[in-house]
Amino acid sequence: MTALASIEAGREAAAAPRFQLRLYVAGQTAKSLTAIANLQRICETHLVGQYVIEVIDLTKTPQLAAGDQILAVPTLVRRLPEPIKKIIGDLSNESHVLVGLDVQPVGGDAR
Amino acid sequence: MTNTPNESVSTLSKTRTGIEGLDQITGGGLPTGRPTLVSGSAGCGKTMLAMEFLVRGATQFGEPGVFMMFEESAAELTANVRSMGFDLDALVAQKLIALDYVHVERSEFEETGEYDLEGLFIRLGHAIDSIGAKRVVLDTVEALFAGLPNEAVLRAELRRLFRWLKDRGITAIITGEKGAGNAITRHGLEEYVADCVIVLDQRIQEQISTRRLRVLKYRGTPHGMNEYPFLIGAHGFSVLPITSLQLDHEVSMQRVFTGIGRLDEMLGGQGYYQGSSVLVSGSPGTGKSSIAAKFVETACQRGERALFFAYEESNAQIVRNMRSIGIDLERWMKKGLLQIHSSRPTLQGPEQHLVTMHDAVRTFRPTVVAIDPITNLFMANHDAEVKPTLMRLIDFLKKEQITALFTILTTGGDGTSSPEDSQVHVSSLMDTWILLRNIEFNGERNRTVFVRKSRGMAHSNQVREFILGDNGIDLVDVYLGGDRVLTGSARVSQESQELAVAILRGQDHQRKLRQLASKRTAIEAQIAALQAEVEVETEEVQFVIAQESLQERASHLTTDAMAQQRRDSNRANGETRKKG
Repeated sequence: MTALASIEAGREAAAAPRFQLRLYVAGQTAKSLTAIANLQRICETHLVGQYVIEVIDLTKTPQLAAGDQILAVPTLVRRLPEPIKKIIGDLSNESHVLVGLDVQPVGGDAR
Repeated sequence: MTNTPNESVSTLSKTRTGIEGLDQITGGGLPTGRPTLVSGSAGCGKTMLAMEFLVRGATQFGEPGVFMMFEESAAELTANVRSMGFDLDALVAQKLIALDYVHVERSEFEETGEYDLEGLFIRLGHAIDSIGAKRVVLDTVEALFAGLPNEAVLRAELRRLFRWLKDRGITAIITGEKGAGNAITRHGLEEYVADCVIVLDQRIQEQISTRRLRVLKYRGTPHGMNEYPFLIGAHGFSVLPITSLQLDHEVSMQRVFTGIGRLDEMLGGQGYYQGSSVLVSGSPGTGKSSIAAKFVETACQRGERALFFAYEESNAQIVRNMRSIGIDLERWMKKGLLQIHSSRPTLQGPEQHLVTMHDAVRTFRPTVVAIDPITNLFMANHDAEVKPTLMRLIDFLKKEQITALFTILTTGGDGTSSPEDSQVHVSSLMDTWILLRNIEFNGERNRTVFVRKSRGMAHSNQVREFILGDNGIDLVDVYLGGDRVLTGSARVSQESQELAVAILRGQDHQRKLRQLASKRTAIEAQIAALQAEVEVETEEVQFVIAQESLQERASHLTTDAMAQQRRDSNRANGETRKKG
């Protein structure tokens, strides 16, 4: 699978999207794939058109790990809006992810 | 797989730390290709030890290293170790050292679902690969326990990390904070790092702090078990092992003059042994410093280098004061043969002083060292520490074949029965012990000196008077007359009295002799006169005798003649009478 490049999600992202997310993974492990899938699902549900996701595979670009102080993988970094927030783990708990990203859930189903 | 080519099956391969003393204690360094745990409380030097391990490895042993820090940032660390003379920026630029600051802030984290610490591995692996590191420091990995919410994951990952380091053949130092009670580390890191554990400790005694190091465990190799004081000085970390476990210094038959002729005489005529330790003890003002200064000056006069540690006076003061007794130290300082180190003894702990001395001796390479005085240096009130520290110093100096003179202040004072008892505990370390004493008598105080002991040489048992004059130090015999020992003016007056008496007595004898001579002359004259008289009388008598015998003969002749005549006439008469 080579889909781990950069996923441009907001189709009409003419202006800079509100949420800039970066997901650090290490190789194509089960955890990595779960995390990517979870993230895409959550964003499509709650942040339609407002986000951009960058997936970084540290096994390929290890030098990037230090910049965002990555220790645990997978780590999701919310680079924008400020302040920077980090969520570690495979993002399997949606409500935690939303709290971590400081996102109001759509439809109130996450309450 | 290990990166060490010389790893053999039989002996554990060791990686030298380059830290003074530590390699000695561990018998060659840390276990190659394995992690070593360095534990200790805050501020006791874990980071410095680890840093020096890396820097020495990179600069001296060609082994680049990665320093992964969890508490300080790279900039902070660089600034901190600059005080030890390590230029991290340059080493990083030369790709000899890689720094990585791992910062975890728990408040920044939200945890959801499964994760591992592969990021840490990747970062470390990247740093190692980028410079070809053989050494790694993780300082302090325990900070992760505060940063990461899931301890179970962390423990599993740490175990994997140490395994991973071993597999890569990396010699690593893992630092850990000392735990409460007897725990070696707060989070039980020793559980994972089982090959070598070094414990650092900082203690404060008498307001002076001393740091100590102990090798708690070193699997598969003998190591020093004791606590060793260590210091972090201008040249980095140094551990002071007691080297005297074997007393195997080389001994010299060479002798070193004391600089005081009469004192040399008292020490078998040749002074101290080279490489011996000399103790000069005495109460205040007995002239200890002067003996030390003279000793140092004499060495300089021979063209040798001398080191003088002064803990009571400043350089200028010593120079001035010694000039008053005819010792010119300044001249030798200018020639570069003499160095005076003066500082307040309370400035540092004994170990720190020891290291300062080590450094000074190492760099200056003197043949004689004088320390004036050791009393203040090693505060007399904790005797238990004095001896080992002094022992280290003496052993070090002996090993270097340096003759050392220590002065020590007697605390007992003049009046007590035996003031010198106060340094009995150090005297066993000394080869020669010169005792200076004040004798107060007759309204004045005088200095005396005697040799209390001197190993391996015939030495005088006599007390000498010790005189400090404009022209230096002199020893004179004390007055030992009757049952008294006299010194100073009492000795002088006694001596002059004796002299007067002797002169008088001498004069008396002369007079008597002269009298006798004149008497003899008179008698001889009388004898001559009498003899003359006798001769005269003899002559008289002989003359009379001669005269008388002459007369007698003459009268005999007459008688005979008359008898003849008478006989003739008788005959005629008879004839006549017959006829008649």
